[in-house]
Amino acid sequence: MLEAIAFYTIGGLMLGAAVVVITSRQPVYSVLSLLAAMFCLAMLFVMLGAYFVAALQILLYAGAVLVLFLFVIMLLNLRSELIPHVTSTLRRAGSIIVGLLLCLQLGGLAIHARIGQSLPDAAPGFGTVEEIGRLLFTTYLLPFELTSFLILAAIVGAITLARSKQTVR
Amino acid sequence: MITLTHYLILSALLLAIGLIGVITRRNILMILLSIELMFNAANLSFVAFSRSWANATGQIMVFFIITVAAAEVTVGLAIAILLARKLHTLNADEIHSLKW
Repeated sequence: MLEAIAFYTIGGLMLGAAVVVITSRQPVYSVLSLLAAMFCLAMLFVMLGAYFVAALQILLYAGAVLVLFLFVIMLLNLRSELIPHVTSTLRRAGSIIVGLLLCLQLGGLAIHARIGQSLPDAAPGFGTVEEIGRLLFTTYLLPFELTSFLILAAIVGAITLARSKQTVR
Repeated sequence: MITLTHYLILSALLLAIGLIGVITRRNILMILLSIELMFNAANLSFVAFSRSWANATGQIMVFFIITVAAAEVTVGLAIAILLARKLHTLNADEIHSLKW
């Protein structure tokens, strides 16, 4: 019962924050509501027993990616004409129809997935740092090492792209 | 009793809201933000399935999705900065030529 109350409260808060993300006029408000949505998502991860992933979500996603967004918005927001406000009604209506169709399709699939069965009790070590670490360094070692290349490529790309002209030799 | 279906429907709603954001918003930064929302919906789906099948592979996938999303946001924001510097606009409707 308590689990249901927690789920509906956190889920409703997350969906409300998501709607604020896509409808807010101020970019900073959108980023802050996405931050709220990510915190709610971390709470849902804890409810599902994935503790390490919940901590990663707050540390990496909310603490690094969104901070980067905020920096760039504050950097680029000095000229107010950069932010457009008008969206045609046809586009809005079309997007809502597309969103509803997507929801119906995915919801229809979801209802057929293990209907009525409650989630199984988690094993004692499920979702802890120890188990995720053990998997990362044994079964999934290759993707783990490849992400280091990916991050390196992203860093080099970002610095090369956003470098100012005065430093070009 | 909260089943897997509840989490999947929540994930589907989040994905649809992100999709509406991507289609409706014209600011490049807000489009990137809506894509982040869609990533989070996928993460929720993965973790829910990981708990349902008692398999930690879903959480490993979320680990990599968060990393890839961070790298992609880095490069995407660098491109947005370049666009704002060169074309003096962040409106996606006005960016329609590959070379200016």
